[in-house]
Amino acid sequence: MTTNILPMLPIILPFIAGVIMLFIGKRPIPHRMVSAVTGLMMVGIAAFNIYYVYKNGAMVTFISNWSAPFGISVVYDMVAALLVFTTSLVMFFVVIYSFQSIGYERERYYYYPMVMFMITGINGAFTTGDIFNMFVFFEVFLLASYVLITLGSRKIQLQEGFKYLVVNIVSSNFFLVGLAYLYSVTGSLNMADIHIKLSNYDGSLAIMTLVAVVFIFVFATKAGLFPLYFWMPGSYSAPPMPVIALFGALLTKVGVYAIARTFSLFFTSDTAYTHQVLLLLALLTIVAGCIGALAYTDMKKVIIYNIMIAIGVIIVGFSMMDYAGTIGGMYYLIHDMIIKAALFLLIGFIIYRTGKNDAADLGGLIKQHPVVGWTFFIAGLSLAGVPPFPGFFGKLYIVESAFNNGHTFSAIIVLLSSLIVLYSIMKVFIKVFWGEPSEPIELKDIKSDKLLFSAIGLVIVSTVFGLSADFLFPAFEMAAEAFYNPSSYSNYLMGVE
Amino acid sequence: MELVTIILSGILIASATYLILSKSVLRIIIGVSILSHGVHLMILTMGQLKRGNVPVLDDTVSSYSDPLPQALILTAIVISFALTAYSLVLLLRNYKELGTDNTEDMKGVPHDD
Repeated sequence: MTTNILPMLPIILPFIAGVIMLFIGKRPIPHRMVSAVTGLMMVGIAAFNIYYVYKNGAMVTFISNWSAPFGISVVYDMVAALLVFTTSLVMFFVVIYSFQSIGYERERYYYYPMVMFMITGINGAFTTGDIFNMFVFFEVFLLASYVLITLGSRKIQLQEGFKYLVVNIVSSNFFLVGLAYLYSVTGSLNMADIHIKLSNYDGSLAIMTLVAVVFIFVFATKAGLFPLYFWMPGSYSAPPMPVIALFGALLTKVGVYAIARTFSLFFTSDTAYTHQVLLLLALLTIVAGCIGALAYTDMKKVIIYNIMIAIGVIIVGFSMMDYAGTIGGMYYLIHDMIIKAALFLLIGFIIYRTGKNDAADLGGLIKQHPVVGWTFFIAGLSLAGVPPFPGFFGKLYIVESAFNNGHTFSAIIVLLSSLIVLYSIMKVFIKVFWGEPSEPIELKDIKSDKLLFSAIGLVIVSTVFGLSADFLFPAFEMAAEAFYNPSSYSNYLMGVE
Repeated sequence: MELVTIILSGILIASATYLILSKSVLRIIIGVSILSHGVHLMILTMGQLKRGNVPVLDDTVSSYSDPLPQALILTAIVISFALTAYSLVLLLRNYKELGTDNTEDMKGVPHDD
């Protein structure tokens, strides 16, 4: 085993870029250049890493060459490769979008370095092979997100930012509690090592169930599962649009990834209980999200509740923990990261152009913005999972897996939720782009070429992803294997002993 | 010894819960930092408390204490230190902008985008 630098680059690069920007000082233009170049480099590196992992299997780096169960290892398997690539892509487009939307003052006060530090934490959480290190990376991106949610100090941001801060600190402390229990049972922190130790585990099941419940609590709070989503609609509607796009696309998905990873590796003995709890919570999340998505006409709120529906659907897939369920979960996870960012950026453009948040106040924008209108329409179809858009493949596998495992009711809820997603997003589309506004709208004269570049770019990426889903299938199959067959993840330890 | 520390950490977490449920922002922040103290104490206990042993892994040493929980706590303390500092700054800014430190008054600020 050699110390390979490739898996470290997605963590190191944004960190170095952030530090460089801190030294540049309060000069937005160099900040923009550094962050855009970093974004492009990361997309390139992450794409190469996918290819490399596909050819050679998971890349493992032992930090400071401390061998595996003792030191921290970075495990860059296909799951991490796909997630890091999507994160980099979303980050690049959101950074470009920020040039014309975030505002000069925020750019001066270190907006871009904070985005970079957040990406450092997210990529770290995706790639680390050590559960305590995952906690540390969680804190890294959470601290950056606390800054991003309050940056600009508008009243709503301060008010919602404080709630977000307290909720997340409390749940992070419970993460530590769960880690302490897990450590007392297994005596290890390396996730692969814990998996090997627990597969020969013959102690009390009660303590493992307790750890599972604590972990559900922690990650459900981060991911916004029922009943711990209460902070999400408020907090996610407070910050400016590019920040919401980053949060909505990336932060909740880290929670979903952590659930999938820990539940596939650690809690394999009592799946009848732990995975049933997960399934139940996922279904309740879908229902709660559907109610919210139907209730609001505020465009931000509609999309935020749609995040909840998507998270519920992904967790239904992962709670099955079989071949089809995890492939579907992976497809839907990647798809949702891209399309949620795209939708937030699109409605961000509408909000900046008209100055109105509520779809009910708008109308007839298709005359001025036909391209944006039809792009929004495609994004809506993609969100609902109409073939050939990528959401379809994820839902197909998830529903298939639910039927195979005898969870007919869950499968029906997932299918019905697609209809409600389609209805809620088409309702926004029809109100904003068709018909006549109730009162004449004054369109603001804003520079919008970069806004449109990012928003339409992400929709194109999503469509290409849908059309090439068949081509990408081997990669997703490889990624899903780490979940339904967790020993494929942990066998890198075999070479070390 | 383990029993005493685990009860102590329970007391700390209970009082932290009480403080977090109060309405004053400052009390919530104090509650959050006490919560992290309770949790750190629990991690320490999970590695088993032994006195007078050396933290080495060696074939000739049969009784050694576990250094890992202490390393974990050190990391966690640094993180909670940063979080407390940040939340105090946020409290100050909140008080200046919203004019209140009561969470009851911290709802329903209109969107001023």
